Amino acid sequence: MSVLEQDSAGAPARASLLNDPKVRGLFYQFLLVSVLVATGYFIVTNTIANLERQNISSGFGFLETTAGFGIIQALVPYAETSSYGRAIYIGFLNTLLVAVIGIFLATIIGFVVGIARLSNNWIISQIAYWYVEFIRNVPLLLQIFFWYFAVLRAVPGKREKWSLFDTFHLNIAGLRGPKPIFEPGADIIGWVLVAGIIATFVVRRWAKKRQDETGQQFPVFWTALGLIIGLPVLAFLVMGMPITLEHPVFNDTGPRLRQGFELGVGINLIPEFLALTLALAIYTAAFIAEIVRAGIQAVSHGQTEASHALGLRNAPTLRLVIIPQAMRVIIPPLTSQYLNLTKNSSLAVAIAFPDLVSVGGTVLNQTGQAVEIIAIWMIVYLSLSLATSAFMNWYNQRMALVER
Amino acid sequence: MSKHFLPLVLGAALGVAATSASATTLDDVKAKGFIQCGVSQGLPGFSNPDAQGNWTGIDVDFCRAMAAAIFDDTTAVKFTPLSAKERFTALQSGEIDVLSRNTTWTMTRDTSLGLNFAGVNYYDGQGFMVRKDLGVTSALELSGASVCTNTGTTTELNVADYFRANNMPYEIVAFEKADEVVAAYDAGRCDVYTTDASGLYAQRLKLTNPGDHIVLPEIISKEPLGPVVRQGDDQWFNVARWTLNAMINAEELGVSSENVDSMMSTDNPGIKRLLGVEGSFGENIGLTNDWAARIIKHVGNYAESFNANVGPDTPLGISRGVNALWSDGGVLYAAPIR
Repeated sequence: MSVLEQDSAGAPARASLLNDPKVRGLFYQFLLVSVLVATGYFIVTNTIANLERQNISSGFGFLETTAGFGIIQALVPYAETSSYGRAIYIGFLNTLLVAVIGIFLATIIGFVVGIARLSNNWIISQIAYWYVEFIRNVPLLLQIFFWYFAVLRAVPGKREKWSLFDTFHLNIAGLRGPKPIFEPGADIIGWVLVAGIIATFVVRRWAKKRQDETGQQFPVFWTALGLIIGLPVLAFLVMGMPITLEHPVFNDTGPRLRQGFELGVGINLIPEFLALTLALAIYTAAFIAEIVRAGIQAVSHGQTEASHALGLRNAPTLRLVIIPQAMRVIIPPLTSQYLNLTKNSSLAVAIAFPDLVSVGGTVLNQTGQAVEIIAIWMIVYLSLSLATSAFMNWYNQRMALVER
Repeated sequence: MSKHFLPLVLGAALGVAATSASATTLDDVKAKGFIQCGVSQGLPGFSNPDAQGNWTGIDVDFCRAMAAAIFDDTTAVKFTPLSAKERFTALQSGEIDVLSRNTTWTMTRDTSLGLNFAGVNYYDGQGFMVRKDLGVTSALELSGASVCTNTGTTTELNVADYFRANNMPYEIVAFEKADEVVAAYDAGRCDVYTTDASGLYAQRLKLTNPGDHIVLPEIISKEPLGPVVRQGDDQWFNVARWTLNAMINAEELGVSSENVDSMMSTDNPGIKRLLGVEGSFGENIGLTNDWAARIIKHVGNYAESFNANVGPDTPLGISRGVNALWSDGGVLYAAPIR
């Protein structure tokens, strides 16, 4: 304030208010906000008026109405008598499932291919090169169709199967495997697992502190293995093995329609899910591979040489010097790829996987509530993306160069 | 999702302001010189483009009949292929003037969607198709089956009702496009393909070996299919409804595209009113008095359209059955023109 007063005192012949850049700036900002608010107001009122004039009902009351249609894959209980809101929730969970598993697979494949591209082995680097060039230049929808329609025709029909270790079975109706059945006492194993994970973090922290102070190393990896896997296994045995496996049942006698796997016994990954997840993971992995390669190449060779000069061998060099620096370059574009994968999962509608868009579309058609459904779609995808971004930004900050 | 879906919805929300200021749909259509007609993405017998890209089918004939009544020209129609999911939004938003796309008349659609059904041009019912080698002879034996169908249809709801009512477990695989349903069923993803019975006969032609599949005898629902217009424009609604009625009345009165010219000089007062020789029925709905004569001359009566597109002599081979005139034991009954 005092600065301003001094200024005005020093310049008695003040320019008119119209020419004051500050006032002008405020005016234009005010104008912009007003136009935005007015446009928003116009859109909302005009939409409501039009819907009313066309006798189209509006509002979110329809979400409580009985849906009446079936959904092939539901992660939480759903029946035809459930509400539209429940159906949309089922679709949301399916989208989430595809996104999480897709991101997990894409990251693994992407890192492997990205590192393979830098391999000194000519064949490996060429395979990785052609993988990237081929996959990222074919449209994703075509790849989904390829996995669903072309690969689907190659696997056995519903009344035959391919089996692996007599445990996992693949046919046109999906990939089946044993389903764990939790009996009383199984929850204790879960708690032991959680306790093991927490204990691992405590041990790791303590080991790092000890190493910083005394230089002595502690076998954190083997301890973690014992805590996370050993303890639950021990609990499993102590509790009298409360988890059993329910194997899929395959009938090869009886009426032809009944032959094949029984519905609802064991776990079944439906082919729509397999095709979509595989296509998304393989497609996105091609982009992630390039990001990883760029990240590694961004770390100058001098770092490797310096590390070797300090006496570190190749493996610790990669783990302690190259990767931490590469990650800083990798994470921001990696976030974009994760967001892309999540949003691309909406292509599920093409192959009958009941994701948010597919189920929402059905609800839209049964109720005619287009504006409301589109709003739900946009809000859900926006929230998912913002949540992913927030997590990745937090991770990025952790990995960022700490300036001292 | 189809590329023009979001614009359609935005159109429904925003664009209507533009049309509300202008005149009625009939005036709009006359001004632009053609009818924009929403049809399916390809259902033989109902609306399907042939090798030359010309649309044919009884749903297409309805739109051509409207064009004949208004313009005396059956080519004054532009067709918009729509998925089951897009169809109502396209009509609500004003993208199309009339929806003639094997659409089932239900109460929800007639009331809360802001639509009006102009009548029924095909009485259908939902059926099931299975492979012959399954040895199934009745839909009640389908317990535990996986069923392929279209999303966003009454079919999806009926099949849920049917299996639930009969206490049979099932698995539903619902695709957006009919072609994908056919491909998945053909690949063996599903044991059963369900849609309207007419659609089953039509889609069976697209399978690798149509002879290996049978349509089960059960019809599990009522599916009155008919053309749809927007609510709130009674004049346009009347044009649509009476175009359909004129075709049915023409069959009942024995007027066809072949004898329509000679019928002009008949003594039968019913035919005279239909053909506009007597009265001013056409002018009352904003058309010319020979509106029905134009329809019959260019498109034909209901029987001609039915036989040419889905009848016994076509690949679909569907008999008139319930779609025969009321006087022939069917339920086709049009209000008289008088």
